[in-house]
Amino acid sequence: MMLVSFLQRAIMQGIPLLYGSTGEIVTEKSGNLNLGIPGIMYVGGIGGVIGAFLYEQHTDSLNPVLAVLIPLFCSMLGSFLMGLIYSFLTVTLRANQNVTGLALTTFGVGIGNFFGGSLAKLAGSDIPSINLTKTSKYFRTSFSGAKDLGWFGQIFLSHSFLAYAAILIAIITSFVLSHTRVGLQLRAVGENPATADAAGIRVGRYKYFATCIGSVIAGLGGLYYVMDYANGVWSNDGFGDRGWLAIALVIFAVWRPNISIFGSILFGGLYIVHMYIQNLDVSGQELFKMLPYVVTILFLIVISMRRKKEAQPPAHLGLPYFREER
Amino acid sequence: MSEPTVTEKPEKPEIPAIRLEHITKRFGEVVANDDVNLTVYHGQILSILGENGSGKTTLMNMISGIYFPDHGKIYVDGQEVVIRSPKDAFQCKIGMIHQHFKLVDIFTATENIVLGLNEKGRFSLRRAAERVREISAKYGFELDPNKKIYEMSVSEKQTVEIIKVLYRGADILILDEPTAVLTPQETQKLFAVLRNMRDSGKAIIIITHKLHEVLSLSDQVTVLCKGKNAGTVQTAETNEEQLTEMMVGRKVTLNIDRSEPVNPVDRLMVQGISCKNREGTELLHDISFTARSGEILGIAGIAGSGQRELLEAIAGLQHVDGQILYHNPKTDQIDDLRDKTPVQIRELGVRLSFVPEDRLGMGLVGNMDIVDNVMLRSYRKGKSIFLERKAPKSLAEKIIRDLEVVTPSAATPVRRLSGGNVQKVLVGREIAASPTVLMAAYPVRGLDINASFTIYHLLNEQKEHGTAVIFVGEDLDVLLELSDRIMVISSGRIAGIVDARTATKEQIGLMMTKNTKVQTQEGGAADAG
Repeated sequence: MMLVSFLQRAIMQGIPLLYGSTGEIVTEKSGNLNLGIPGIMYVGGIGGVIGAFLYEQHTDSLNPVLAVLIPLFCSMLGSFLMGLIYSFLTVTLRANQNVTGLALTTFGVGIGNFFGGSLAKLAGSDIPSINLTKTSKYFRTSFSGAKDLGWFGQIFLSHSFLAYAAILIAIITSFVLSHTRVGLQLRAVGENPATADAAGIRVGRYKYFATCIGSVIAGLGGLYYVMDYANGVWSNDGFGDRGWLAIALVIFAVWRPNISIFGSILFGGLYIVHMYIQNLDVSGQELFKMLPYVVTILFLIVISMRRKKEAQPPAHLGLPYFREER
Repeated sequence: MSEPTVTEKPEKPEIPAIRLEHITKRFGEVVANDDVNLTVYHGQILSILGENGSGKTTLMNMISGIYFPDHGKIYVDGQEVVIRSPKDAFQCKIGMIHQHFKLVDIFTATENIVLGLNEKGRFSLRRAAERVREISAKYGFELDPNKKIYEMSVSEKQTVEIIKVLYRGADILILDEPTAVLTPQETQKLFAVLRNMRDSGKAIIIITHKLHEVLSLSDQVTVLCKGKNAGTVQTAETNEEQLTEMMVGRKVTLNIDRSEPVNPVDRLMVQGISCKNREGTELLHDISFTARSGEILGIAGIAGSGQRELLEAIAGLQHVDGQILYHNPKTDQIDDLRDKTPVQIRELGVRLSFVPEDRLGMGLVGNMDIVDNVMLRSYRKGKSIFLERKAPKSLAEKIIRDLEVVTPSAATPVRRLSGGNVQKVLVGREIAASPTVLMAAYPVRGLDINASFTIYHLLNEQKEHGTAVIFVGEDLDVLLELSDRIMVISSGRIAGIVDARTATKEQIGLMMTKNTKVQTQEGGAADAG
């Protein structure tokens, strides 16, 4: 029974990572290394919280559809704007991608904590946390027959719609990247923008679209975390280092969202495995929390040693593109 | 050489596939193309022949939409067209195969070929691969449509590029020095394919500076010299001597002062050096020569004949076989510099200065200012843990003053200076080390006439100080007037060493394009076949 609950929790832990890594993969395929993902997921989370908070304050009887759609829209809008800032800075102004991304992470976490604090004040709460259990309940609606199906139901069918959406999005992204014209052209932009440009592909436009769509997907991870995983309780800095884990997962999944699905469950499991080991002291727990990163580093060493071309990052990742002028 | 089938074509009264009239293109002060005319018919191969910098590639880039001409008209199939982008060029059914391939490494051949296309219907790589196979079969290419680019040889990559333009329906193909990267066997295969395409009615323009290829492949030759038409001839009615003469043009007098070498001593003895690149192609073959003090040894050759590798070998940057002996004037010792690092060479007391062709890559650091760049040669001096900045600073100021470098201050990043001033800083720094051997690769490339003369003057001054100067140049007029002796290299081999005072331009031009033994054989085979 413990294994069943472990796997179920591992999947729940994995979903935000899956969103984050799918978003980052889409972004990186266009050659943009967006290290702002942790901040963007934060903004996605707080966006949903703001929407839900305002709607809950506005009315006492929540309409189930609106209670889901309003936070969803606010979350997507927030992370979209973050992606737009990143694209404007790195594509249009050709700012350094690493610096921009790290700045966005700091910025996003700051925004999240700022609004988290102000909403808590508005709600008259003493601690910087907001309780949105009513909205969360709609988000967490799951398949009602799951309980009757034993361990299978608990592991695979007990999740909310955002969890299945994450897997669906990852599968669709995988398909688009490898089987469609748009995917081919997007990959060309990330691999060799000069070649893409010569082939008549609008490099800047692809980078903008990929980054913004990637940000929106990643932002949903933040929303899932607040509404599903944390039962609608926003607490400042509660999201932790999941954003960085999502970026590590991109490497682990060798830039393929379908592998990311399994990788996310593995990472989720490694992230919580310390809770399932008895008699661990605090320092032991921290060591166990390190596992996903250790796995990523080991994995990086292995794929770097194998030198398989397909397992490498997009060749032009992190570099600005200038059309040669003369 | 005189295949009867070739000579029939030009008399036909058909409309030319492409016609250029009075095309002129300037880049700032430099006139790259001046009033150039050109005509190609369907079912014809035209060679464009010219030295480096004669404007061949610029001209073709205007047809393929990369540049836009300042003056002149382009006609395709008799209709005047305006080509402003590669897309426009495709619409006119013009396809260019560039010297540097534009391919995505981890994609398959087919993926690269369909990249950027918006064909109607469902996206299907399998169908595209089928069409690639059809095109390959039609013209005799050998290509696996599903092979990844990074697994391909250079010749296969070129095949992908050619099929790419054919897939898009090109009727006029332009190939920019397609054989520069190919082995003789691959060249023969390419030529066979090009002949097939000609026979099926495509118009083909090939840019080259290899005479034997021109003679064995093309139907007509247009020669460019310093951006101008030097004439158009039927291949069957010409020969190597006539083409060389057209290519190098008339002799221009530059009035560079050349003094007689004062008691020259053998300074650098290069003996039998050879080297290969990673793919195993020979870049240098058994090169032997001696550079003497108080003398300028010019090195002439088509770009990429091994000049770069030769200088880098001497500077200690390239591994070679053979011997590089240096006669030290102070100790009278002879040292072998081969396979020593630049630091080891310096520690031997060898005062070697190197002005590489890649100024802002190998020569200077673009983002650093003049003082810091000067310091790159002297940062090892001084005992304190802090850098000694006074001496480099005064040296930098001296360079600015003496060589008239135009710069706001010595603290300006060199990247912001103009090409000529960057070169002055580099040459100034290298000369300040009072070298016994000074190597300069294309030191006046991209410089205006005044800056060029400053550099010539500096090289002459070094020669008078007793330095052994090795000067790699591209302008034969300059080489003839500046050097004492000229070594001509062709495909990594020495084609001859001549006295610059008596040699003629035609003589050197012929030596530069002279076929090595291997190439003569395959050239002959091409004629027979």
